[in-house]
This record gives sequence, C-alpha cells and structure tokens, in this order.
Amino acid sequence: MLVRVDPPMAMLAELTHRCPLACPYCSNPTELLAKEAELSTETWADVFQQAAKLGVLQLHLSGGEPASRRDLVELVIAAREAGLYTNLITSGIGLNERRLHDLDDAGLDHVQLSLQGVTAEMADRIGGYNGGFDRKMHVAEIISDIGFPLTLNAVMHRENLDDLPATIDMARRLGARRIEVACVQFQGWALINRAALQPSRAQVDAAKETVARAIETLKGHLVIDFVPPDYYSDFPKACMNGWGSTGLNVTPNGTVLPCHAAETIPHLQFDTVTERTLEEIWYEGDAFNAYRGTDWLPELCQSCDRRDIDFGGCRCQAMAVLGDAGAPDPVCRKSGGRAALDALLKEETKEVAAPDFVFRR
Amino acid sequence: MTQDDVPYLPRGVRTRFDTVRKVDVLLGPERVLVLDQVGTAVLGRLDGKANLAQISTDLAEVYDAPLEVIAPDVIAFVEDLRDRGMVHARPR
Ligand code: SF4
Ligand code: SF4
Repeated sequence: MLVRVDPPMAMLAELTHRCPLACPYCSNPTELLAKEAELSTETWADVFQQAAKLGVLQLHLSGGEPASRRDLVELVIAAREAGLYTNLITSGIGLNERRLHDLDDAGLDHVQLSLQGVTAEMADRIGGYNGGFDRKMHVAEIISDIGFPLTLNAVMHRENLDDLPATIDMARRLGARRIEVACVQFQGWALINRAALQPSRAQVDAAKETVARAIETLKGHLVIDFVPPDYYSDFPKACMNGWGSTGLNVTPNGTVLPCHAAETIPHLQFDTVTERTLEEIWYEGDAFNAYRGTDWLPELCQSCDRRDIDFGGCRCQAMAVLGDAGAPDPVCRKSGGRAALDALLKEETKEVAAPDFVFRR
Repeated sequence: MTQDDVPYLPRGVRTRFDTVRKVDVLLGPERVLVLDQVGTAVLGRLDGKANLAQISTDLAEVYDAPLEVIAPDVIAFVEDLRDRGMVHARPR
C-alpha cells in the first residue's frame, strides 16, 4: 500500500552544537559536532529556500546555541527572504543589544528563550555557567524593549519542578506571551542523567495541578503549553506528530533527520543536504520512509484504537529502553515493554539523593 | 470579549497564502492554522480600528446573512484565537 506523504510544515535547523552552557538535559547527541563540520552560510540559505519550496512554513533556528554562529543575522535574513516564519531558540548567551536590534531589522519573527532556573544559583548550576542567569535577564529586558514576541521555555525535572509556580510568575514578569513547561524528555544527554532528572510521581501530580490552575487564571494573558513527563503517562505521545509527517531536523553538518534523536537508531541511513535535495530526502529518503505511516506497526498497534493518534509512539524511546526501534513505545501500558520502563522508574525514584549530573561538554 | 473590543494581530502573528498547499494560513509562535473562507474574511478585517460589532456588521452585509447568526460566530472565532495568543484585543 502506498502511503500518502504530505509536505512538511516545520523545520528545525540545528545551526551548531556549540554552546556556552552545559545543561545536563541537552537534547544534542552525546557526540557533538565540531565547528569545522558546520554548514556554511550559503548552504544554509539554500536549504531554507528548498525548505520553503517544499512546503515548510515555520523555521526554528536552534543549536546548541545559535548565537554562537557569527552569521546568525545573515541566516535570519536568508530565512525571511525564503518566506519562512522564523523563530530563534536561544539561551540568550551570545546576544547583546546590537545583535538583537540587527535581528529585529532582519525580520526575526519570534524568540524562544530557555530558562535553566528561576534563581541565579539554580540556573547557573544547571547551565554550568557562572553569571549566565544575570546575562539572560538582561537579554530578556532588551527582547521586551524591542517588542519581540517571547516564549519562555522551561525544562522541568526533579530539581526544579517544585519551582513551577515561580517559573510561571517569571514568564509574566518578563512579558512573555507564552510559556512552554516541558518536562524533560529522555534523549541525548538527558538519557545519561535520567536518574538525576527523573521527577517523582508526587511532583508530577502537583505540577499538573499548578498548570491546570494557571491555564484558567491566565487565560488571555499567557498561553501555557505543557509537555507531561512521558514515563508517568499511560499511553505514548505521537512523536513529531508522526514520523516523517510534519517536520524535519537538519543537524549542524547537514544531516537530515525525521526527529532530533533519530541518529540513536543504528540501522537507519541518513541523507545530507550536501548530497541530495531536501525534497528527495523528504519523499524518498530511507530514514523518513522507515517508520512513516502505520503499515510498519506491530500487530498490537494495528488492532488498537489509538493507532492513528500516537502511531505507536516514539521510535527513539523504544530504541533507548528496549533496544528495538520497531517496538511499541514502552510508555504504552498495553505493551510488553512497559515492564522495563516501570522497573527503571522504580529504581530511579527511590527515596535517596539523586546522583550527580554529568554536564554536557 | 465584548462587541466593543478591537481585536488585532499582534507582532509575530501574520496571515499568508501558502503557495504549496493553496490555502490561507495564520502563522504564530509554534502555531500554524489553516484558514477557511470565513476565517480569512474575519482576519482580513482586523485592522486595529474596527471593533467586533463593526466587523460582524460588515460581514453580515457582504455575505448577506443575518447579523444574529454572524455575530456569535465571529466572537467565538476571535475569542478562541485570543486564548491561543494569536489575537490581542484592546477596548475601544
Ligand atoms: S540545552 Fe543547554 S547546553 Fe543544550 S543547547 Fe540548550 S542551552 Fe546549550
Ligand atoms: S498499542 Fe500501539 S497504538 Fe495502541 S496505545 Fe500502545 S503504542 Fe499506541
């Protein structure tokens, strides 16, 4: 049977893996690419043009820290010339007043600022960078003066989940229109630090209540998007809205991925923008077709009424927990893999001090 | 929201014609909404001056439909977008 393939809506461009911070939950791979491997300004500009022609509407400039690219402003100009809605995902470090004004002139549509903690002590510890918090607050002020629409992105985990009310307050104070309360997803560096980051059931329940209340009281003032912690759910999320259905990622060296962690699946072959066009990669690339649609799903999912809702969940999670990227996501309570996940959860949330972080370097 | 509110698209939210899918879309932070004819007609009238009452009256005239039918639909549509952060409003 032929799967109907729609054009992609969104592209995440990981401009660089370089970053002044060292968050222990960073979703970058544990093997970071060096500066020398990064695509040139011209190649990125060409990729943006190709993406727009392919149907991409929104571009997320990410990293690492995208501000570590000296050509960031040129890249934004190129993205806007291609007609893309352009969002900058940044820690704020590496931005200053002049650069932010240049980004404004370049037509940047939106800024998403990551938050490592609501106090300097916590934020600088998690980010592994002294003085980072103060600089971020300064950058947030300039962002607000310029009038960029701002989303605050707060990755929540065992150490900071209790600060959730203060985190939402901070979004209000900084004039953000939107906050993403994203409970840490276990990929990349976060997987290494899973035991230290895994929240407790009680923390998660409290957080859900806080979010539900805040959504009501702040309606019309602050949009709150909540990404619940996977391991405490009964059914998986539809990762990327379905593999190869809506979005694609381009890594610093031009490798095109169906999701940012796809390289953890060893048997997949990935194409790069230096060898094939984005269109060929999207429609014909092996990695995109490997788990596209629902035909490949195991029998358990084929006969399940959630088949077209979650598409069997996250491939990378099945790989990480079960060593089998083709299995149903182990978050699924119906699946045999859930026992393995529950065992991990039990082990990691014992009433003992969390192990130390391994900071990304 | 009330009929007196003046809705507008804030910075960072815009409509455009998607040349690949051949539809009008509304783009905002992390959001893409495909617009139908009515959506396009309403959003095309958010000029930062007209209040909801004026927008509805105008639409009722252009589409030759009763105002009692149009007005609640318009307010519901705009309010939903306001809750998603895609529309802002100021009192007139
Ligand atoms: S998660 Fe932290 S370390 Fe990773 S790119 Fe973002 S700011 Fe840098
Ligand atoms: S059985 Fe498959 S489709 Fe059904 S909920 Fe579990 S993972 Fe999703």
